[in-house]
Amino acid sequence: MAYNLKQAAKKPERFTGGHRMCAGCGAPVVVRQILRALNPEDHLVAGCSTGCLEVSSFLYPYTSWEDSFIHNAFENVGSTIAGAEAAYVALKNKGKIKGETKFIAFGGDGGTYDIGLQALSGAMERGHDMLYVCYDNGAYMNTGIQRSSATPKYANTTTSPAGEVIPGKSQSRKDLTEVMANHHIPYVAQTAAIGNMKDLYEKAEKALYTKGPTFLNVIAPCPRGWQYNTPDLMDINKLAVETCFWPLYEVIDGKYVVNYKPKNKKPVSEFLKAQGRFKHMFKAGNEHMIEDVQKEVDKRWEALLKLAGEA
Amino acid sequence: MAIRERLSGNEAVAIAMKQINPDVVAAFPITPSTEIPQYFSNYVADGVVDAEFVAVESEHSAMSACVGAQAAGGRAMTATSANGLGLMWEVLYIAACSRLPIVMGVVNRTMSGPLNIHNDHSDSMGARDSGWIQFYCENNQEAYDNMLMANRIGEHPDVMLPVMVCQDGFITSHAIENIELVEDDKIKDFVGEYNPEMYLLNSEKPISMGPLDLQGHTFEHKRQQAQGMINAKKVVNEVSEEFYKLTGRKYELFEEYMTEDAEAVAVILNSTAGTAKYVVNQLRAQGKKVGLIKPRLYRPFPVDEMVEVLSKFKAVAVLDKADSFNAAGGPLYTDVTSALYSKGVFSPKVINYIYGIGGRDVKADDIEIVYNKILDIAATGKVDSVYNYLGVRE
Repeated sequence: MAYNLKQAAKKPERFTGGHRMCAGCGAPVVVRQILRALNPEDHLVAGCSTGCLEVSSFLYPYTSWEDSFIHNAFENVGSTIAGAEAAYVALKNKGKIKGETKFIAFGGDGGTYDIGLQALSGAMERGHDMLYVCYDNGAYMNTGIQRSSATPKYANTTTSPAGEVIPGKSQSRKDLTEVMANHHIPYVAQTAAIGNMKDLYEKAEKALYTKGPTFLNVIAPCPRGWQYNTPDLMDINKLAVETCFWPLYEVIDGKYVVNYKPKNKKPVSEFLKAQGRFKHMFKAGNEHMIEDVQKEVDKRWEALLKLAGEA
Repeated sequence: MAIRERLSGNEAVAIAMKQINPDVVAAFPITPSTEIPQYFSNYVADGVVDAEFVAVESEHSAMSACVGAQAAGGRAMTATSANGLGLMWEVLYIAACSRLPIVMGVVNRTMSGPLNIHNDHSDSMGARDSGWIQFYCENNQEAYDNMLMANRIGEHPDVMLPVMVCQDGFITSHAIENIELVEDDKIKDFVGEYNPEMYLLNSEKPISMGPLDLQGHTFEHKRQQAQGMINAKKVVNEVSEEFYKLTGRKYELFEEYMTEDAEAVAVILNSTAGTAKYVVNQLRAQGKKVGLIKPRLYRPFPVDEMVEVLSKFKAVAVLDKADSFNAAGGPLYTDVTSALYSKGVFSPKVINYIYGIGGRDVKADDIEIVYNKILDIAATGKVDSVYNYLGVRE
């Protein structure tokens, strides 16, 4: 059935309100939309690495998770959900469990690109039937905006401050979606909550109902770390996509598909200037920083088009 | 009819795991425990068990996957040694606090550094306060038997805690000894089905586990966890009694050897207790009143029972195969002496020996040095040194 936001929104809410995520945070929007892609009759075991989403959605004795949920530690949501999935297989074989259960591991970029990379890689390589979702806000936001390997170059964070000598983070972002694509798992996609959130919904649905390990990387802006006005969340998501800072694409059994090619690719400066963390890049004399970022974005976009056979 | 076999300690543990037939085994290779997942993966490959074997990429993930599997509603087991246990560290605490009765075979090995694959108890001793029940085993038979009892104890509703069954790396893990195995069907009945009250895979009754807990609730949750450990002693006795009826093999909280009229007694864990029994026999033949206490249950520590027995002796040497680096004494010594003090018992003179670090061979002659020392203390009442090292060049 073709995607329809009104229909999707009518599905029973599986991630309830009352959680303590900040206004204007991208993560809960992403989580709600992904959970909407579940068949209503399927049970879910969701896991979450330590981070904003976990501490804000399951603060004892309250939980936002209508399904079953487990938090273990920072770096091990991949292996925790893998273990739950293994138990499911064993109990199902024994006839002790009826019906379908799906498995989703949620991690922020810190818990995914950095400290949880090993557990994620292991779980994907072993072929567990599970979806791993990274909500990428580009820094350790829960501990107070420290740089991660997902932090964009020049971003001002509390451990890569824009100082007198060093202008924010010195390194470019790790390309985790590519790292996961090179695990040769059945489905990998990069997506964002834009427009009527069709891209996110359809990719979540595909990832959930493709047998085997699947991975979604979803951009999830953070108003505190990125320094934007909370109502601007959806505009920032859109700018990330329109500038090709965050291309929407999927890798289906090794085949690359670019899902959206902007007719007029916007300069990355439009994405950067909307955020306070890049403010120093717009001071006179720092134009080379913006040029540098534009060059990197272009290089990665061209490489992606080539992989998809479109360049 | 029990089955007579000749097995290594690792194989004995693996066979116990086969008979328990858990739902998930998640493990990572580390010497000297590697054989346990090796044997077990063969059982999986040959289809003789129902378990899923998860060949994880680290011990951290081994324990994390066990937490996920047990929380999901399955029985999860693993095995490790030394640095592998070290890498599991934070998840050990989470497993215990989440009240997940995971069972783990620990094949004791020196914690790095320096790197050394041989036996001492520095690995599991470091985990003594992680909230896991700990059993220590003298030989293959005990490792097998304690594994068979571990699920029943950990899963008891009054306990709900994970269990470690510790044995000495190489000394018992790789040495082949005679062993008596219990028939598969009897074990199946003894261990029983695992039907947890709350679990992730119950779609009728979803549950959230592992909350952010904060100041308002963590203390109460930790207090409940502590109660599980307090309750464990009684459950250990009940399950051991049932096991005795099944097999004829009797297990107490600790074993007393030649203690009835003893004046000088050593307290020793695991395989060295076997060496000490030989020395006790020899000294007894010379008319010397020596004996041995071999703790089996170390966590929870059986304070009341231990103190009642120790209070009868004049001199006690506690042997630790792990140093605490506290400039005061090893972990077992600290537990024994604080148990005595807390019960107001000051009568036996108690000294400590750190021995066998890094797998240093412990011979009968070494143990005899210890007994001669405590016989001397028993006779004179004089202690010149409390914190001692045995068998080290210095």
